[in-house]
Amino acid sequence: MSPPTDHATTAAAVTLATSLLRWIPLLPLIGSACGIFAATTGRSKLVHVTGPGSVLLAFFVSLFAVAQLWTLPAGGALVDNVFTWISVAPLHIDLSFRVDALTSVMILIITGIGFLIHLYSLGYMHHDADEARFFCYLNLFVASMLILVLADSLPVVFIGWEGVGACSYLLIGFWYQDTANADAGRKAMIANRVGDAAFLIGMFILLWSMHDLGAASLRFEDINRLAPQLAQHAPMVVTVVCLLLLFGATGKSAQIPLYVWLPDAMAGPTPVSALIHAATMVTAGVYMIARLSPLYVFSPEALLVVATIGAVTALFAATMALVQNDLKKILAYSTISQIGYMVLGVGVGAFAGGVFHLMTHACFKALLFLGAGSVMHAMSGELDIHKMGGLKKQLPKTRLTFLVGCLAIAGVPPLAAFFSKDLILESAFAGGHVILWAIGLLAAGMTAFYMFRAYFLAFEGESRVDHETAHHLHESPSTMTIPLMVLAVLSIVAGWVGLPHGVLWGNQFGHYLEPVLAHVPHHEVAGSTVLMLTLVTTATALTGIFVAYSFYLKSPGTADRLAERFHGIYVLLWNKYWIDELYDRLFITPYVIFSKFFWKVVDAMLIDGVVNGVGISVGKTADVWRRAQTGNVQHYAAAMLLGAVFTCGLYWWLS
Amino acid sequence: MTVSVEHYLVLAALLFAIGCAGVLLRRNMIVILMSVELMLNAVNITFVALARQTLSMAGQTIVFFVMTVAAAEVAVGLAIFLAIYAQRRTVNADEISLLRW
Repeated sequence: MSPPTDHATTAAAVTLATSLLRWIPLLPLIGSACGIFAATTGRSKLVHVTGPGSVLLAFFVSLFAVAQLWTLPAGGALVDNVFTWISVAPLHIDLSFRVDALTSVMILIITGIGFLIHLYSLGYMHHDADEARFFCYLNLFVASMLILVLADSLPVVFIGWEGVGACSYLLIGFWYQDTANADAGRKAMIANRVGDAAFLIGMFILLWSMHDLGAASLRFEDINRLAPQLAQHAPMVVTVVCLLLLFGATGKSAQIPLYVWLPDAMAGPTPVSALIHAATMVTAGVYMIARLSPLYVFSPEALLVVATIGAVTALFAATMALVQNDLKKILAYSTISQIGYMVLGVGVGAFAGGVFHLMTHACFKALLFLGAGSVMHAMSGELDIHKMGGLKKQLPKTRLTFLVGCLAIAGVPPLAAFFSKDLILESAFAGGHVILWAIGLLAAGMTAFYMFRAYFLAFEGESRVDHETAHHLHESPSTMTIPLMVLAVLSIVAGWVGLPHGVLWGNQFGHYLEPVLAHVPHHEVAGSTVLMLTLVTTATALTGIFVAYSFYLKSPGTADRLAERFHGIYVLLWNKYWIDELYDRLFITPYVIFSKFFWKVVDAMLIDGVVNGVGISVGKTADVWRRAQTGNVQHYAAAMLLGAVFTCGLYWWLS
Repeated sequence: MTVSVEHYLVLAALLFAIGCAGVLLRRNMIVILMSVELMLNAVNITFVALARQTLSMAGQTIVFFVMTVAAAEVAVGLAIFLAIYAQRRTVNADEISLLRW
């Protein structure tokens, strides 16, 4: 591997200290506190203002910070050192925030899309009695997510990392009265815990080797600056650390092998699915790898694992999405698949490409989820696409925006994912990963197919809505449709900041992120090849859409006949490869048996036995000895006399 | 025959032993209290005898304290016995054993 150029060192040159940054996470945190107040005193009107309002203010502060960042030369950063968090010689960790090019993208996504989703929630959660609690959690989530991306060191990232995990748990199980929802929350929590453990171990190992190099620090600046020395000093350590952090990322970003929690996470309210389980939290892993890209590039093995996991997840999740009937489940698998693309992107060294797809995905997937929420709102909670059909008449705005989202995710030019997905696939091809490219291409075709399957079944064709529901069908209120329209516009234009090289203004987005990300030199790819690749990808996407059209709209029944014909594959996909069952057999059942052993044998018999045994034996001994306490004064007097005689005797005997 | 200090000490020891036996063996609480007085006075004799032997006033002084305390003790003790008798119609030590196991 040729040595990567070290942009991060020069990037540290221009920094501007400002105490503005702390307000970005603080404002939603204050909003959350207002939510607690509102929830406990029953003033849920209050959160209508503080919930979306605090996020909107944070968005303005973020805009201001980004504007300030742009006044600095490229590679500059804003820093805000809030206070010293841990100071144990030689370890010194500050709670400090930092905004550079990468973070600026993230905070705008989080506060911008976050605000739209808060606005949407006003309409969506209007009838819920626990509205205040909902906004309290949602604000807390935004605050945690902002801490995650603003942090300038791994331990501070971890605060946000755990914070978003906790909020995710709280919000998935928001309607905890239903056991299934609470279970889904727990599943997410546990799957994330597994990843987080690896993340922590990776962090400790990294700290250890940084200490060996004389800089016991976990600041990104130090890690990325010392990455070359670290790679020279202990190449194995770099690979191990990268893999452990990747494992942490697979938990949070729902990649193989820890993706299983995300489909179940759809139990939460739909705005939660849009904000947490599509637009922001699940992309934290991609962000983390991009942030540590100068370290990752020193371990080609780890990068290859990253790319492989990404590509396989993209395909694997796409196949499962093909047969799902639940609209939100389709979107959940699609999210896993799309994050797979991002991971593939960062894995093949297209760090900017991964972050680009992260940004466009945040727009169109939030749109799709909110669209699904709007449908759900109209259908009184029904999500089975086979029970919809022809909704375009009753839900024109939702239908139009959903169609934009589907076109965007399918990669139809010139919508968002066309540019970002193309960039990733092109980078995979250029990096020499032809197999990964082919997998990604196949997944892209499937993406187009399953999204349009959902679209055609839900919005086009004959209505299959039952009479009762059909009566109530209505378009959602404007608090819900306005965010949809804004997101639809974003889904169209978001990709335009990263045009292919040489077209109009070219890849401004990649250029903007260049100073903070590591650069992996690629083989030169001829312009004609790039064009060919683009054509192939687009053709694949269009084929997917056409197949969906002919299966579900032109000649309905084709899909059923195919399912009949390839019954084995259909059953395999329908049961999601029995992965849940496999994990159940492989991990959960042995764990339960193990726990039962510790409960019944070690705890109940051994530990309780010792503790109770001591108690019982003291009791039995006391039972014998208490007979000496006769209550007769003369016996005590006799004992005193004996004692006196004994003491005197002892004195006499000793002297 | 001169009366030496040993004679006093032997007398005191005998009186103490008798008192001790009384405390341990008699059942009537009033008799027990009297036996206690006997033991205290045995000690008093020892004090006075040894005070004379050692030509110190300390022993003689402490006897007065012992007598004062003994008087107070009898007063309290008899009051308690009266209260017990009023309740249980007995002052026998072996019948008053409420504070047992």
